Amino acid sequence: MNLKIRRAQNKMFEFLFILALSIAMLVLLVLLVQIVIDALPRLSMQFVTSFPSSEPSEAGIYPALIGTLYVIGIMTPIAFFIGTGAAIYLEEFSKKNALNSFIQLNIRTLAGVPSIVYGILGLTIFVRGAEFGASLISGAFTMTLLVLPIIIVAAQEAIRAVPRARREAALALGATKWQTVARAVLPSAVPGILTGMILAVSRAIGETAPLIMIGAFTFVAFLPESLTDSFTVLPIQFFNWIARPQDEYHELAASGILILLLVLISLNITAVWLRNKYQKRI
Amino acid sequence: MMQEQGIEMFKDKRKSIMNWLMPKLLFLCALVSIGTTVGIVWTLFGETVAFFKQVTVFDFITGTQWTPLIDPRSYGVLPLLLGTFQVTLIACLFAFPIGIASAIYLSEYAPNRVRKVVKPILEVLAGIPTIVLGYFALFFVTPQLQKIFDTMGIFNALSAGICVGIMIIPMISSLSEDAMNAVPKKLREGAFALGATRFEVATQIVFPAALSGIIASFVLAFSRAIGETMIVTVSAGATPKIDINPLDSIQTMTAYIVQVITGDAAHGTIEYQTVYAVGMTLFIITFLLNIVALLIARRYREEY
Amino acid sequence: MEKAIRIDGLNVYYETFHALKNIQIEALPARAITALIGPSGCGKSTFLRTINRMNDLVPGSRVDGKIIINGVDIYDQQVDVEALRKKIGMVFQQPNPFPKSIYDNIAFGPRLHGVTKKSELDEIVESSLRQAALWDEVKDKLKKMAYDISGGQQQRLCIARAIAVNPEILLMDEATSALDPISTIKIEELAQELKSKYTIIMVTHNMHQAARASDHTGFFLNGELVEFATTEQLFSNPGDERTESYITGRFG
Ligand SMILES: Nc1ncnc2c1ncn2[C@@H]1O[C@H](COP(=O)(O)OP(=O)(O)OP(=O)(O)O)[C@@H](O)[C@H]1O
Ligand SMILES: [Mg+2]
Repeated sequence: MNLKIRRAQNKMFEFLFILALSIAMLVLLVLLVQIVIDALPRLSMQFVTSFPSSEPSEAGIYPALIGTLYVIGIMTPIAFFIGTGAAIYLEEFSKKNALNSFIQLNIRTLAGVPSIVYGILGLTIFVRGAEFGASLISGAFTMTLLVLPIIIVAAQEAIRAVPRARREAALALGATKWQTVARAVLPSAVPGILTGMILAVSRAIGETAPLIMIGAFTFVAFLPESLTDSFTVLPIQFFNWIARPQDEYHELAASGILILLLVLISLNITAVWLRNKYQKRI
Repeated sequence: MMQEQGIEMFKDKRKSIMNWLMPKLLFLCALVSIGTTVGIVWTLFGETVAFFKQVTVFDFITGTQWTPLIDPRSYGVLPLLLGTFQVTLIACLFAFPIGIASAIYLSEYAPNRVRKVVKPILEVLAGIPTIVLGYFALFFVTPQLQKIFDTMGIFNALSAGICVGIMIIPMISSLSEDAMNAVPKKLREGAFALGATRFEVATQIVFPAALSGIIASFVLAFSRAIGETMIVTVSAGATPKIDINPLDSIQTMTAYIVQVITGDAAHGTIEYQTVYAVGMTLFIITFLLNIVALLIARRYREEY
Repeated sequence: MEKAIRIDGLNVYYETFHALKNIQIEALPARAITALIGPSGCGKSTFLRTINRMNDLVPGSRVDGKIIINGVDIYDQQVDVEALRKKIGMVFQQPNPFPKSIYDNIAFGPRLHGVTKKSELDEIVESSLRQAALWDEVKDKLKKMAYDISGGQQQRLCIARAIAVNPEILLMDEATSALDPISTIKIEELAQELKSKYTIIMVTHNMHQAARASDHTGFFLNGELVEFATTEQLFSNPGDERTESYITGRFG
């Protein structure tokens, strides 16, 4: 009796929980299917290699694609070095004092600052303050600041996961603190750091708002040739097309989105694969 | 021989230079994060002060008209705040139950092989760019909902809210799941050994023990929803008004900022300064929420 | 001698690992203390956890053979796991009180199984704590968090929690190994008192404990039950060479 009810309750809630989870995954499925349906009429090789155009049938994403690649290409190494550096400092060298716990707290809160606020920062500091203008370098720097907290937190976790014994073994062999970190700790942490890097890069690829803020929302009919040239990126190109009234443009946006999603999903799979592969043997 | 050993014990210059230099370089890297925060505060502060030389803080906070771009100009931020909170509330109503239920399923019920498949899928969902969700809101969710609500506008708070909800579901579920996984296995075993069902273990042992972590995940998700930009810019509209009907168009703080920046407001004008005043408001709200979340989350690490 | 459990051809596997091999116990005595000894990894915990089906929770574990309690095979389809676990209490190696008050810890089980009246719960809490010889120490702080008492007290709290649902059998998996000698003695004495009401099966690493605290002893080795006999017989006159080597300390 009583027990029957309790078991029924258990079963019913299990069903509800599964239902909730299914809704979350169904949403993803519907979204993907919808994008594919909208995208198919426009998808072609020419779409990837053409400039945007006032004639939808000729328009493409080429400059936006190149812009995205440049921004990511500049951002990635800078963010990697600063982010990993900060993480190493915090995990291995920082003493327990007020400044360091403040830095730690600060990184956690920065991770929660809306991306558009980073855009305002980039606009004021890089575009105006440093007079880089609405250029690639302003965009890449802004994105670097945006993804740094993600990278630092991931790298810290990777470093923390390396067993203590590993450090002690190196120190006992006469390694300096730095040698210990560089040769005994970091190699084991690299997969974790890379996973964080990949996630940071996918985040940056999809970000729109900060780059709109620094002025990348323009009609760009040429490729950027130097760091100070203006540019646009894929999500902004899509935003541009979505904002127009004609359906043809919406299909263009869908096609672009499909390509973007394929890239992001591949990055994601790589990250998951990397994590699974190395998680077991730290 | 004695001497040789002695020499080996002297310091190797190169080795010790690295050992001295590297920590300082790394410290500089860590300082970048402080620099960012200082930069954000300083940047927002300067122009915000300039703005408040022309509009009183009181008028800004309590005014019910937001028309900085058209005459008669009025600078009351309430319509933007309400628009923001309306979308956020819809998002949370949609995402909290789904997120937490998914987390409970994944942490307490799911067999390993299910978890192995589902978690990466949720990560993909978490990685969907918000512009894509904006597209989905405008060209899928709204048309579908319009079949049900015939007074619904093309731009409306409901679709935007649902899609912002979709955005925060993975965040809630993964953070809550982490909190529940942190509850030691021995507590679950204790309850199972007394004849508790899975549901009872989940709700009476695991959920209360993980509560602070779960609440922290809610607060973080709430804060993320407030700061979301592209979904609302694309699908919620650009009509700042105090209107609680979710079928109508509204404007959020973030969408307003985008509107001004993509328009032609010149640097130095009050229109331009409104970006900073609204940005400051957004920053303060999300910043406080994040601090609250951190404080709450810190508590659960100290228990058991 | 009354018998509480009969075990017939019990095999347990983790994935492909054969953890218990064809265990046979004709009569595990009721209202007595049975000790299980053997070297680490020999399957004592596994055996204990098959009796209340806690191993059901381990993915990839598999059981065949019979465990018969009150004439019913507990692995029968019809058997209700929750009801079974209510009948069989368990105390773990590490004290594991819930993050709740002392009172709520004890009341947790009875509440699950349908006791809601405050007066009834009060009574159960008091009598369980008394049986666990803990009442006098905690009666003034029942509303306090269970973490705020000592490890030995926590373990007795867990015993009280287990007997609060009125089980017939009490399983103890190295319940004293995380405790200091005085707490250990207290729990052993407690077991002596409880055995008039409950069938107690305790796993222990401490051979002296088995010798002084139990009535029957089973010796496990590599997943096999080498010998099962009265404690007196097993320690004074072991029937198997391997038992003898173990209890004289030649291996394990
Ligand atoms: N969940 C599991 N998955 C796989 N193998 C397991 C699992 N639990 C136990 N084993 C294996 O089963 C065997 C018996 O384990 P068990 O925990 O029953 O030993 P034990 O006698 O209680 O040891 P100890 O005295 O160290 O507690 C061991 O070889 C162990 O490695
Ligand atoms: Mg054991």
